[in-house]
Amino acid sequence: MAFTNCMNRGGRHEKRRQRMSSVQTAVSQTSPPKRSFLYDPKVRGIFYQVLLVVIVATIFYVAATNAIENLQRARIASGFGFLNNTAGFDVSQALIQFSAANSTYGEAFVVGLLNTLIVSVIGIFFTTILGFLIGIARLSKNWMVAKVAMVYVETLRNIPLLVQLLFWYIAVLGALPQPRNSLDMGAGFFLNARGLFMARPIFASDVWVLVAALAIGIVGSFAYRRWAKAQQEQTGRQAPVGKVTLALVLGLPILIWIVLALIGANPISFELPRKGTFNLTGGMQVLPEFVALLVGLVTYTAAFIAEVVRAGILAVSKGQSEAAGSLGLTPGHTLRLVVIPQAMRVIIPPLTSQYLNLTKNSSLAVAIGYPDLVQVFMGTVLNQTGQAIEVVVITMGVYLTISLVTSLIMNIYNRRVAIVER
Amino acid sequence: MSTTVDMPRFVRAQQVEALPPPNLARGPIAWVRENLFSGPFNTLLTLLVLYLLYLVVPPLAKFLFIDAVWTGTDRAACRADMGGSESGACWAFVWEKIRYFTYGSYTISERWRVNVFFALLGIGVTWLLWLKAPRRDLGAVYFFWIFPVASYILLTGGNANFSSRFWIGFAILGALLIALFAFFAVVLKTSLKPALILGGGIVAVVGITLGLVEIDWGLPHVPTSLWGGILVTLLVATVGIVVSLPFGIVLALGRRSKLPIVRMASVIFIEFVRGVPLITVLIMANTMLPLFLPGDMTVDRLMRPLIGTALFASAYMAEVVRGGLQAMPKGQYEGAMSLGLNYPQMMTLIILPQALRIVIPGIVNTFIGLFKDTSLVAIVGIFDLVKTIEASRIDPNWAAPTISITGYAFAALFYFIFCFGMSRYSLGVERRLAAGQKR
Repeated sequence: MAFTNCMNRGGRHEKRRQRMSSVQTAVSQTSPPKRSFLYDPKVRGIFYQVLLVVIVATIFYVAATNAIENLQRARIASGFGFLNNTAGFDVSQALIQFSAANSTYGEAFVVGLLNTLIVSVIGIFFTTILGFLIGIARLSKNWMVAKVAMVYVETLRNIPLLVQLLFWYIAVLGALPQPRNSLDMGAGFFLNARGLFMARPIFASDVWVLVAALAIGIVGSFAYRRWAKAQQEQTGRQAPVGKVTLALVLGLPILIWIVLALIGANPISFELPRKGTFNLTGGMQVLPEFVALLVGLVTYTAAFIAEVVRAGILAVSKGQSEAAGSLGLTPGHTLRLVVIPQAMRVIIPPLTSQYLNLTKNSSLAVAIGYPDLVQVFMGTVLNQTGQAIEVVVITMGVYLTISLVTSLIMNIYNRRVAIVER
Repeated sequence: MSTTVDMPRFVRAQQVEALPPPNLARGPIAWVRENLFSGPFNTLLTLLVLYLLYLVVPPLAKFLFIDAVWTGTDRAACRADMGGSESGACWAFVWEKIRYFTYGSYTISERWRVNVFFALLGIGVTWLLWLKAPRRDLGAVYFFWIFPVASYILLTGGNANFSSRFWIGFAILGALLIALFAFFAVVLKTSLKPALILGGGIVAVVGITLGLVEIDWGLPHVPTSLWGGILVTLLVATVGIVVSLPFGIVLALGRRSKLPIVRMASVIFIEFVRGVPLITVLIMANTMLPLFLPGDMTVDRLMRPLIGTALFASAYMAEVVRGGLQAMPKGQYEGAMSLGLNYPQMMTLIILPQALRIVIPGIVNTFIGLFKDTSLVAIVGIFDLVKTIEASRIDPNWAAPTISITGYAFAALFYFIFCFGMSRYSLGVERRLAAGQKR
């Protein structure tokens, strides 16, 4: 048998063909042998799946009965009624009205969620900028810039975020001066051990004019963009889209603000923090925990984003920029019209997962005492009510929803930008 | 058409003067000019970075090395008001506490057992990671069976007291399992021998494990509440690795399965775990696991986060393995099937050996993430390295301004060495694999 195999492989096509045809006739002539239905892959598949369902259901059943029994023995209530009970604790940073006496656990949940979201959103904004800068720096032709960027990435990536957060919180922010010796950073910014103090904007009732101006600016810029594109497709002439957008979105509200200020109405005024003998009064206080968490998250995630950006730019083959150059595009145009659009296709999916990581990592706030969702809800509320199952389900549900919604949007986006292959 | 050209017009009569040699094309100065000062913008950038380095590096070196305090027995060495120096890192503190950072509160006379555990771990990791090591299949058996059992006995002291009722129950269950295998063999009309070997093998492995754990090795019991420091950090990481690799492979196979319920169950588990932060999983393991067990059963405090991290790492491992499975050309599956291999044979003999090989870098990257994530167990009150540092930091005996920063610098250094080493390893493997693919 082995010998014939060798001969066949030796390239004797004729013989092989003969052999194969004879095999085929042999197969078609003999009727298939009767087999036990246990060998049927379908039957086996059903068997395995039923087995899995039975095992999982048993585990759930045992866990549920045990949980009910344990909860009854420990006299812990169940259900979501606790969300309406008075919280009785204070939160150091609340974006909505929150007080220990009047607020409920449900409001504590909202406070925690908002705090998680705000640190995530601001963190994503800054980490994108820093990450792109460092990613581009790693590809710089300047040897020293590239090496410094590499050292940054390797160091930050290989040290746990928790250690970095503790470092920022205790080692750096702990070294800041007492409030009476606050660091004056100018422009109404003060830094001391109680955090960062800055001017608080006070909105007058006529601020809606500015908001309306901003909305008009945004809508107008989109309309202009469409018109410019249509015009370019028809005539080939390019319109200054960037400048017009900037003028509409930023210029229009500022112009109206100035006009309003000239006629005496002042839609936004700023309350500056004033330095007293012992403390700063007025202004807006940013908690040191918030600053530490933000700095830690931004610097840590930027290291990962830098790698994503580097990989994305390297993924655009050199031929693309060479071809663009040979068509006569300037280096700036090559970058803007050829390299970046193609790199973004590679960059955006992992970039989104880094954004999600940042959001999930913001739960490490619990280590330094920033009142995020996990700290407020899974920490304080869980300890006070003892309703572990409900609290864990709600908290995990929030993170899960954020992740799933993001990945859904990403899938839609991916389908839009994916290369259409023949 | 004539193609002749009036040659003399186009050919030079005199030799052209040779161009001057290029202005320094090699050598350090040319390199500097090319790479650091090739234009006004680059020059500016270089100067900026130099200034940045000047701002960062000298103070850092001064703090970490030059002004650092290397010897001392208590806070006096690191406090200016007590005659010490507080402008540099207080390495004397780390040196004084290094045993606590390594073993936690592990019974002092028994610490050799931890050292043996470290050595066994080192042997296992080297055996598996060194691609040219002999008998790596035995290495896998060592790492996934012998080493965990040996470590369990070493660290806890073994000597678990199973009742005789337990053993009788185990014997009955074992006999039932073997009988079940034999029954299926008879029903399916296949040979009895492999079925008996398989069933007997499973029973034997479990039985030997339990037996070894029960033997009184003469080692005193050390409760897990005393464990701490690097021991716990490495332990959490090791358990995560030992559990997550097999479990992750099973999950990945489940996700690629044609059976809809199996696939759905795997997808739900993987996406659920990947969608939530590890800290919530740890808190869940801490608060909900005791609820799900019968009232008289308790889970060890250390066991809970171990389960949490292991499950968490499995989901990430599953996605890495799935990448490898998807990268396998369809011909490999079809070839295996046409040879008449059944599903387990196809996977263990053909697909997984190739798929796992190409995802080694991904697996190592998951391990790096897992290793960094072990620090989170500190938040749920387990005394890992970070937690021991947190505890020592507030020791009144060492109350000095630079203590915290020194402690964190030590933790950072420890994690950096491990993670950087692993990432270099994965780069090396990647390069090796790429070399194999080159034609």
